[in-house]
Amino acid sequence: MSVIRFTGRSVVFRPRSLAVGAGCALLALALGVLAIGSGDYPIGPADVLSTLAGHGSVAQDFIVNQLRLPRVVTALLVGAALGLSGALLQSLVRNPLGSPDVLGFTQGASAGALVVVVTGGSSLALACGAVIGGLATGGLIYALAWRQGVHGYRLVLIGIGVAAVLTGVNSYLLTRAQLMDAARAVLWLTGSLDGRGWDNARPLAAAMAVVVPVVLGLGRALRMIEMGDDAAFALGVRVERVRLVLLACAVVLASFAAAAAGPVSFVALTAPQLAKRVTRAPGPGLLPSMATGAALLVAADWGAQRLFTGHQLPVGVVTGVLGGGYLVWLLATERRAGRI
Amino acid sequence: MTTNPKTGTEAAHAMESRAESRLTGNGLTLAYDKRTIAENLTVPVPDRSFTVIVGPNACGKSTLLRALSRMLKPVSGSVLLDGQDISSLPAKKVARTLGLLPQSSIAPDGITVAELVARGRYPHQGLLRQWSEGDERVVGESMAATGVADLADRMVDELSGGQRQRVWIAMALAQETPLLLLDEPTTYLDIAHQIEILDLCAHLHEEEGRTLVAVLHDLNHAARYATHLIAMRDGKVVAAGAPNDIVTADLVEEVFGLPCRVIDDPETGTPLVVPAARARKRAQL
Repeated sequence: MSVIRFTGRSVVFRPRSLAVGAGCALLALALGVLAIGSGDYPIGPADVLSTLAGHGSVAQDFIVNQLRLPRVVTALLVGAALGLSGALLQSLVRNPLGSPDVLGFTQGASAGALVVVVTGGSSLALACGAVIGGLATGGLIYALAWRQGVHGYRLVLIGIGVAAVLTGVNSYLLTRAQLMDAARAVLWLTGSLDGRGWDNARPLAAAMAVVVPVVLGLGRALRMIEMGDDAAFALGVRVERVRLVLLACAVVLASFAAAAAGPVSFVALTAPQLAKRVTRAPGPGLLPSMATGAALLVAADWGAQRLFTGHQLPVGVVTGVLGGGYLVWLLATERRAGRI
Repeated sequence: MTTNPKTGTEAAHAMESRAESRLTGNGLTLAYDKRTIAENLTVPVPDRSFTVIVGPNACGKSTLLRALSRMLKPVSGSVLLDGQDISSLPAKKVARTLGLLPQSSIAPDGITVAELVARGRYPHQGLLRQWSEGDERVVGESMAATGVADLADRMVDELSGGQRQRVWIAMALAQETPLLLLDEPTTYLDIAHQIEILDLCAHLHEEEGRTLVAVLHDLNHAARYATHLIAMRDGKVVAAGAPNDIVTADLVEEVFGLPCRVIDDPETGTPLVVPAARARKRAQL
């Protein structure tokens, strides 16, 4: 740990976590520049940067700032939101399986979106439906898990149960949709950044502008809760209040991310675990998880566009395959190390 | 407890005991959900004492400790800290006066001893005051007092049970509270480590003048180390006072249902409970 002290004030940080966080953030931005530059009309990274700064030709300006930048910004924001949401949930439930897709928040957002699809609503209505569905599911799971406070394992078990129910509901909703709507819904359900514009990025950016400072402000209390409710309580943390606020933040982040890009799977699960292994810090770090999530999603989206020429994959397919593979590897190594 | 108005002397007594006690449980009724554990329990913790709560399983001793540490909200009655209802005080302020070593805490994986002990400084810190020179000094002192200074850079999950318990005590010490509650601090430790932890507690009590309240399972340990013993059964305090005054064969029989003899501990002169041989127990059945 390192300390900066200045006139009676002091700030603590882990140099390694800071370096990893900054490194991943830079990596995410660099990947973003590469992603903007590649496509049917390739643009070099230097040109991309100068165009972003407002010095490009009219054609370049249109392609970079109008067509490709919104998609990359959406990817960065969604990745960061999912990474942070996963880091929060994994700390709160003290379980590396704590992530919005395991606990049912993502399925709730999907259900909300599907209801809108079935009733034939607009894209805006679909995004609203996703947010409302995610938040309602979060509230439901919290209420069901409440028994003189909410404990981690109870939240995981109830979350898994609710997720299973919602998966069934979602399948049912799909059968009720018209063929065209069902195709649109399936694409949305795999998570896709195709055709994402500022309209998709803006609500998520606004939500993050509110939620991220709250989360960072409570980050130290979260570290105490990792030691158990009793220990945190003894240190003067209002455990239940902090947990409720942070849980709400995690649900808001996951819901708005789903509204922007659909339920992109496994980013929330893997980003904090990757960040934790690279930073070697106790517990998933918040900022490194955000940066890792952003880098992961931009990289996955770039791969989704390029892996099969002439055929774009939804980004959720790539994160699902990569994330699922990573999870299996993680479980296998943990088992070999005798931890599970 | 009684419908009669308090007599003058009783009221004076109550005032007196409150004046000597920074931490008091006052008319506590404690329950989990609907199950009532204790009713109308009044427990003053004498200042600068090493108070030990003993009793058979499920007598409510841990529940009482949880209430005293404000982790369990009483159904009725109140816990007074320096004369004020503890539930009305700011959480961090309480945490600067009253420390607690919970029965089970989780060491985050990959955390070092020094980092874990440093977390005990949380109630003294803020967003802009995260790590002062004072914090650093106190953490060093806490590790020295518990004999874990040499382990500062070791991972907590690599340590033995006894070492780990000393690290958690060091964290509680780093909180710098005049009052420290310990919930079964010797559970899961072998006899040598149990004595080591209790010696450490006695040291903290005698040399540093802290008030300690511990729940212990072993009556002999309690009688040897406590300056103030509280014996509980079925949610009621059966006896409270200095071990030499209250520990008798009758009391042990009443509290634990165990026929025994009480002799003087040859090492310390404190009461030593020797359970009766099988033949005598059978005769009593």
